[in-house]
Amino acid sequence: MAAIELTEVTKSWGRTVAVGNISFTVDSGTFVVLLGPSGCGKSTTLRMIAGLEEMTSGKVMIDGRDMSHAPPSARRVSMVFQSYALFPHLDTRQNILFGLKVRRVERAEQERRLAQVAEMVGLDRLLDRKPSQLSGGQRQRVALARAIVAENSICLMDEPLSNLDAKLRHEMRVEIRALQERLGMTVVYVTHDQTEAMSMADKVILMREGRIEQTGTPDRLYDRPSTKFCAEFIGTPPMNILRLSDAGGAAVIAGSDGPAVVAGSGDGYELGVRPEHIGVAASGGVPATVDSCDYLGADTIVSAQIGAQEVLVRTPGRFGFAPGATIGLTWSADDTHIFNSGNGRREQGAAALSVTA
Amino acid sequence: MLLTPAAILLIAFTYYPAVATLGQSFFSAGTALKPSVFVGVENYSFMLDDEVFWQVLKNNLWYAVGTIPASIAIALLMAVWVNGKLPLRGFIRMSYFTPTVLPMIAVANIWLFFYTPQIGLIDQVAGVLGLTTYNWLGDPDTVLTCIIVMTIWKEAGFFMIFYLAALQSLPPELEEAAKLEGAGRWYYFRRVVFPLLMPTTLFVLINAIINSFKLVDQLFILTKGGPDNASSLLLYYIYEVAFSFFDQAYASTLTVVLLVSLAVIAIGQFVFLDKRIHYR
Ligand SMILES: Nc1ncnc2c1ncn2[C@@H]1O[C@H](COP(=O)(O)OP(=O)(O)OP(=O)(O)O)[C@@H](O)[C@H]1O
Ligand SMILES: [Mg+2]
Repeated sequence: MAAIELTEVTKSWGRTVAVGNISFTVDSGTFVVLLGPSGCGKSTTLRMIAGLEEMTSGKVMIDGRDMSHAPPSARRVSMVFQSYALFPHLDTRQNILFGLKVRRVERAEQERRLAQVAEMVGLDRLLDRKPSQLSGGQRQRVALARAIVAENSICLMDEPLSNLDAKLRHEMRVEIRALQERLGMTVVYVTHDQTEAMSMADKVILMREGRIEQTGTPDRLYDRPSTKFCAEFIGTPPMNILRLSDAGGAAVIAGSDGPAVVAGSGDGYELGVRPEHIGVAASGGVPATVDSCDYLGADTIVSAQIGAQEVLVRTPGRFGFAPGATIGLTWSADDTHIFNSGNGRREQGAAALSVTA
Repeated sequence: MLLTPAAILLIAFTYYPAVATLGQSFFSAGTALKPSVFVGVENYSFMLDDEVFWQVLKNNLWYAVGTIPASIAIALLMAVWVNGKLPLRGFIRMSYFTPTVLPMIAVANIWLFFYTPQIGLIDQVAGVLGLTTYNWLGDPDTVLTCIIVMTIWKEAGFFMIFYLAALQSLPPELEEAAKLEGAGRWYYFRRVVFPLLMPTTLFVLINAIINSFKLVDQLFILTKGGPDNASSLLLYYIYEVAFSFFDQAYASTLTVVLLVSLAVIAIGQFVFLDKRIHYR
């Protein structure tokens, strides 16, 4: 069953449309990530689900009931804020129990849930500390505990990890996902970090300028991006997008004298290949000139030029060619994506060709 | 070393007069014919027998009790109200701010216009309603209340600024988080806003107490302490003793009493309240 269902939801402030006519569903017990660049309307969408922002138009259903105009408290959803929003004058225990006190949950029940939740997020020994006496990661846990203790089945999170350092962020990512699975919660998670989305989500909703660009599993977005925007947004380093041009009945990469890469016309189309899907050969393939190498340990990101176009290649281990060398690039037709340069959409019918050495 | 100039100024203008005052309070008032002599605690025992002193002290206590809680409560109320999403917020904020920038003398003049019998605003309105005119400032029973009301009006606007600044610094997510947990506005105010405003409240409280002993400008305009000392306050009495009766010694004695009571109050506040306040 759909835990959350948005139908043609719009939010505008005067002339600016923050969210324009979006619809999606979140299945019960799944982890859904709202992903997109800054200012695309992710937070606004989340806040409309929570009831903190009034919609301009549209409908929000939560657990099968129309909650479009219900106050936040009636929606029975928990939320973790980017700034954590802990009450600075209350200690960990009081912060976690705030909602239960408001709702006059029985004393014994409060204690039972507190003990359980504190153990779950590893706060048992920090219950008497004020937020100012906690580290960033610990505050994050308190915020998480406060969201869990209410035992609402739905939890909304707005960039909950963005204030943490890289290592802690990774740990918390794993932990949040594990908690979600263990408790069977439905989570809607906002982030602009595609790695977070890829590693945590059951379903990703990619947004751009107030609209949904693509919805799907992380693999789906990675393997079959339906637009150029999506192709470039998912994956690091991002997908190479190379302009094509006509050359005697087939398409080649614009500015190169290499082999045909697409059967059919090339003008007005672009070819997408991920850096990790490009192979390097000493000769053959699409000729390119090495620009620079970025050695990362397990692999190297090589930047090269095909004609005037830049292309990134991820190769395992160290890279054997010096800057200035000419190399050949190869790839398989299955790993390529063809986009229409005009509207940025994926071109379904076009037949890409494999490039071999 | 760098502090020396500041220290000299502090000693010259603060500590020396204070110590000199303390010294003077143990001497008799000198005149051209009769030089001042050491009289020990005679000034103090005179004070204890001085009916006017007790009257003035009582007035001042009532004045404090009347103005402090009321002005703080009104300030907080107005700040919370003005801080909400009100139309014309800027205008309302400014209109409450106005009493603050006005000097007390000007405020007193405005209120004089309210209180004056027959031609004053209050009596004009009363006249329309068919009530008899009344000399609010001329009656020992009402004059202190009149002064208190006026002071509240001025102080509340001033204190509201501090509350407003504190309210603006509260992150809006706190209210949203509370809302999601099902807390109503009143619960949120009681359990979150009010405790977080405690440092401001302490600051305002100390100011209010000090002001209740310090603000006497309005008496010069409105009542000159009368009728029959019914509206006189401690500091105004000191002024009278020193500059109308020219009894420097007795004025010093009263000053010492005033300073000591203020010091005791301030220390007491810090000791009792500090532990219970959350500072960010
Ligand atoms: N209160 C507001 N008044 C006017 N415009 C707003 C308001 N809140 C948000 N917006 C606008 O709505 C758009 C979407 O904002 P939103 O906060 O949802 O973005 P976001 O995707 O969460 O971005 P970020 O990743 O930076 O948090 C932005 O262009 C923003 O300027
Ligand atoms: Mg946001």
